[in-house]
Amino acid sequence: MLARHDSPLKQTPLHALHLARGAKMVPFAGYDMPVQYSAGVLREHLHTRNLAGLFDVSHMGQLALLPKSGKVLDAALALERLVPQDIVAVAPGRQRYAQFTDDHGGILDDLMVANFGDHLFLVVNAACKTEDEAHLRKHLSDVCDIESLADRALIALQGPKAEIALTKFCTEAATMKFMDCGPRRVGGYDCFVSRSGYTGEDGFEISVPAEHAEALATALLDNSDVLPIGLGARDSLRLEAGLCLYGHDIDTTTTPVEGALEWSVQKSRRGGGARAGGFPGAAKILVQFESGAPRRRVGLRPQGRAPVREGAALFADGASTEAIGKVTSGGFGPSLNAPVAMGYLPASMAAIGTTVFAEVRGQRLPLQVASTPFVPNTYKR
Amino acid sequence: MTTLFTTDHEWLRIDGDVATIGVTDYAQSQLGDVVFVELPKVGRALKKAEAAAVVESVKAASDVYAPVTGEVTEVNEALAAEPALVNSDAGGKAWFFKIKIADNSELDGLMDEAAYAKHTA
Repeated sequence: MLARHDSPLKQTPLHALHLARGAKMVPFAGYDMPVQYSAGVLREHLHTRNLAGLFDVSHMGQLALLPKSGKVLDAALALERLVPQDIVAVAPGRQRYAQFTDDHGGILDDLMVANFGDHLFLVVNAACKTEDEAHLRKHLSDVCDIESLADRALIALQGPKAEIALTKFCTEAATMKFMDCGPRRVGGYDCFVSRSGYTGEDGFEISVPAEHAEALATALLDNSDVLPIGLGARDSLRLEAGLCLYGHDIDTTTTPVEGALEWSVQKSRRGGGARAGGFPGAAKILVQFESGAPRRRVGLRPQGRAPVREGAALFADGASTEAIGKVTSGGFGPSLNAPVAMGYLPASMAAIGTTVFAEVRGQRLPLQVASTPFVPNTYKR
Repeated sequence: MTTLFTTDHEWLRIDGDVATIGVTDYAQSQLGDVVFVELPKVGRALKKAEAAAVVESVKAASDVYAPVTGEVTEVNEALAAEPALVNSDAGGKAWFFKIKIADNSELDGLMDEAAYAKHTA
């Protein structure tokens, strides 16, 4: 997630809105993005959990995979060459979490894949979108036309009041269930709506033509339950929800099994499945499904009040000199009112309840391996 | 009592040979919501510019430096119990620690309120 300091920062279609609402802006993945507004990270976090938050995630990549045959099944089968997920089984109007893997079983990016009936719609991470698009063109151009939807903004509306707030502009929103998606009219604009997000809360992501993004965001923010939320709270919300941040918790050095993402790989793609393997790194990943991975991503609850942050080395006890793992995300969870973290540990140390130690400012602080999500999710299934 | 300021946004209230140290309101506004404070141990000998305490917001950790050389005589335990005091009363109840000043000449390089106001303008 490196900002490109050698080129000017890009702006999303909501840039002026952020400035007008008093956002503190920071460089993120090459974009000038709001890290927080005047309410601050803590209040923004709690507001999202209690009412609703609006997030500008327009920096993320939106792509259409259009099958040349006109049959979405062909696009799904083609995409299965690049991801270990069952894309064929994603029904029209549904979406699924996936990862692009590499030949070593590492993760190139994580993404959402939606079936729009006649084509697939993908949302990928901002920092990887150029590489992802090239990857898709290189490997799928025989079957699909790949279209970058750079002229669309992406707005996430998250929290218990998100449904009511969105229903005012899109009555069908109320009938959608978690991971339902597709084209919808929102406030008169042609949008793509999915019932999903990155906070652990019920909510929606709305892809809207860039020229209407500010009008739609402004209309949604007219509701006093909806506050704009910056990247700071987005990070603390996803961390409490136990969700991975690409480039931190997962990357090319971690497989989906090491990343504890087995739940996202359907049986049909595992050993003995109808379409087992056939994705980059399958040999390594399928072996790990059978016999486990040497290390594993775990949730960690620091036992004191001190946050344990990304990069902190983990040790088996208070004295040993050899690190056994490291923290990949860590901070303070406002809803838990306690520090939370994630990191990698050897499989033998990854059982829930195991105590390990992190080195912070020369001290060894105890942490307990804990189940995730740290805060129960409220998805409308 | 004189109040002095550092370029790192600490304030010092000088009372005889003891300085009470905290972070400025400007610093807390930049830090955001403070969720954790780590204080030095009483009796610790600090050198000027040494990291003496840590203040953490949801986002990040920041050091609080010793503005002068000396021994820690007292720490604000109330702050450890209620870190949010840094946001609500940075210049008052949220003092961090007191230090017995070893060398008064080290105060010469510090700013008064007017100079600090200019520094943060």
